Amino acid sequence: MVDPEPPKRTTAQAADFKRELTEVIPHLRAFARGLCGRPDMADDLVQEALLKAWAAQERFEPGTSMRAWTFVILRNAYLTDMRRNRFRGEYDEGVAERILVAPAGQEEPLHLSDMHRALLTLPPERREALLLVGAGGFSYEEAAQICDCAVGTIKSRVGRARATLNAMLAEGNIPDRSSDDPIAHTAILEELESVAGPRTSD
Amino acid sequence: MASRNQSEEGSSSSREKPARQGSPDWADGLRQFYDSVVDEPLPDSFKDLLDKLDEGQENSTTHNSNADDGSSYLAGKA
Repeated sequence: MVDPEPPKRTTAQAADFKRELTEVIPHLRAFARGLCGRPDMADDLVQEALLKAWAAQERFEPGTSMRAWTFVILRNAYLTDMRRNRFRGEYDEGVAERILVAPAGQEEPLHLSDMHRALLTLPPERREALLLVGAGGFSYEEAAQICDCAVGTIKSRVGRARATLNAMLAEGNIPDRSSDDPIAHTAILEELESVAGPRTSD
Repeated sequence: MASRNQSEEGSSSSREKPARQGSPDWADGLRQFYDSVVDEPLPDSFKDLLDKLDEGQENSTTHNSNADDGSSYLAGKA
C-alpha cells in the first residue's frame, strides 16, 4: 500500500483530470450543438465550459462521471448566456436569428436536418432532456441529476419532446430555417421568454 | 393551408403510424446527429486551451491564482 489519502490532488490525479476532460470534449460539442444549433456558438460554449471545469477541478470527484459533471457546467453556461443576451437588450431578433439563420452575408443557410430544426423549436428544458436521454444515452436518473430536477420531470419532458417531434416530423410541419417562418420564430421567442423569465418593461 | 406533400417522396404511403413505436426514424437521426459530432475531428483550439491552462497552473503553484487564469482568459477573449 502507498500513502493514505493525500490531502491535495496528486500529480497523477491532475493528469487524470486533464485526460478525462479532454476525452469528453467531443461529447460536450455534440451536446452544445444540439442545444444551440450553430457549430461556432456551440464551440464557444464548450470552451467556456472547459474553462469553468478547469477552475472547478478540485470539486470533481475522481471515479465519477466526467461527462455528467461537465454537462452540468455546459448547461449552466448555456442558460447564463441566454439570459445575458436577453438582459443586454440586443437579443430580440439577434439571438433568434443566430440560432437558426446563417451569418450575415452568407447566402447558404445552415444545413440542419429536419430533425435538428424541429429539435430547436422545442422549449429548452424539453430539448435538453431529449438530447441527454435520446442522443447522449443518459439514463433518466442521470439526466435528472444533470438538470437538477426529479426523475419524473425528466420522463415527462422527454415524453412531451418525443410527442412534439413525432407530430412535427410525421406531418411535415417543420419550421423553416429563418425567422420569417412563423412557427420557428414563435418557438424561439417563446424559448427566450421562458429562459429569461418575465419581461421587465418595454 | 392543409396541403399534403405525400406524393413528394414517391411512394410514401405511410399514412399509418410507423409500427416501431418506440423508435421512429427521427430518433435514430437524433442519435446519429450526436454521434456524428462526437466523431468529428477535434479542432486544435480545445487541446491548446487545456495545455495553456495546464501550463498556467504549473507556473503558478506558489500563487493561488489558478482560477484567475480561466477568468482572465475569458475576459481577454470577450
